[in-house]
Amino acid sequence: MFAAEFEYRKAGSIAEAVQLLTDNPEARLLAGGHSLIPLMRFRLARPELVIDIGGIAGMRGISVSGDTINIGALTTHAEIAGSAEVQQANGLLAEAASGIGDPAVRNRGTIGGNLAHADPSSDWGTVLTALGATVSVQGPTGSRTIDVGSLIEDAFVTALAENELITTVSVPTLAANQRAEYAKMAHPASFYSVVGGAVVVTMDGNRCTAASVAVGGLTPRPVKASLVEAALSGTTLTQDSIADATARLSEDLAAAGVDIIGDLYASANYRAGVAPIEVKHALMHAIGLAHH
Amino acid sequence: MPNKVPITITVNGRARSAEVEPRTLLVHFLRESLNLTGTKIGCDTSQCGACVVKMDGVTVKSCTAFAVQADGADVTTIEGLAQDGNLTAVQEAFWNNHGLQCGYCTAGMIMTVTEILERNANPSAEEVRAGLEGNMCRCTGYANIVKAALAAAAVQQGG
Repeated sequence: MFAAEFEYRKAGSIAEAVQLLTDNPEARLLAGGHSLIPLMRFRLARPELVIDIGGIAGMRGISVSGDTINIGALTTHAEIAGSAEVQQANGLLAEAASGIGDPAVRNRGTIGGNLAHADPSSDWGTVLTALGATVSVQGPTGSRTIDVGSLIEDAFVTALAENELITTVSVPTLAANQRAEYAKMAHPASFYSVVGGAVVVTMDGNRCTAASVAVGGLTPRPVKASLVEAALSGTTLTQDSIADATARLSEDLAAAGVDIIGDLYASANYRAGVAPIEVKHALMHAIGLAHH
Repeated sequence: MPNKVPITITVNGRARSAEVEPRTLLVHFLRESLNLTGTKIGCDTSQCGACVVKMDGVTVKSCTAFAVQADGADVTTIEGLAQDGNLTAVQEAFWNNHGLQCGYCTAGMIMTVTEILERNANPSAEEVRAGLEGNMCRCTGYANIVKAALAAAAVQQGG
């Protein structure tokens, strides 16, 4: 399968990429290509100009500064999964990265490209929303910061302007009393998330003092589960209290006003039924309870 | 018609220059321009792993990279593994353990197993299977493929 014909330009810098985007609003950015190339080959995307940002220096790499992990947008999933610094500062990031696709896909796919593509079945959207991550975005008039939870507005739709690109993803480190976990039902062929639940809990002994919960895969964008979070906060976490809290998820999904995705593999009803179970599994992992 | 783009890719140690349409996939460039047909096209959608090659030291699915993205890169295909007619330990182990049935997935399997052993010289069978999650054998010959990978690891460890 061949993509439709397109013009190819290689951007040497972030500024050049922004200028090319400004001059060609219909152009698409190419990083690792693991979202864009399949779309182009199926001709679901037919950009006349493709701007390759894959070689821009300074957009790749990981650094930890204080309580923030800064990840260049061109950093691959494999680099995040294999980073000792990331494993130390926020183990969930490394774990989520290692669950994306397969090894060769992780060697090419980038965190920035994944977020900009905004596929509902992306793991990063859900995990980074729960972790309270932000992206730095560069446009013609400067840079701005967007919460990942606000960046992804709908399936394949982001808050990015036509001439903005993601340059850095910033993720808080986990404190010693915080636990973060992600549980997903993966599609058996693509390993994409059918339903995923990500949690961050702050613990005082067995008591949860604060919780951040997000679900994705079943919704066009990651959904923050504030009722589940409220039910967890101040609660001693046990199998029963976790089950009670996650039972609130259907209300969170209703309040978010989003459609539940259904397809031949998993119907909307089925996904909605699985979602609280994935959140429950993530929470039980977080507090060291086996769930099977 | 969009302009062709000049590229130079070092393939199996040899610089290869060409002018390509931007939409040319790396796997097409390897197979059709360079006649390196050991790399196969299977699913064509980056799931099966028949097209796996090494690019700048890591495995990639060459059906999901444009040749222009490999400009300046160092690519190794299955044809580039054996040196002076001597098979690598992984290739030898696939032969000795009958790690193939029809052979279509073999090039991708060997490229991926080679990387698995570079990253972990002494993997468990489970680790080999996890490492091969992106490579499919539709003959379902996985048992001997895993056996071959473990045998290659043992040989490389001097066992």
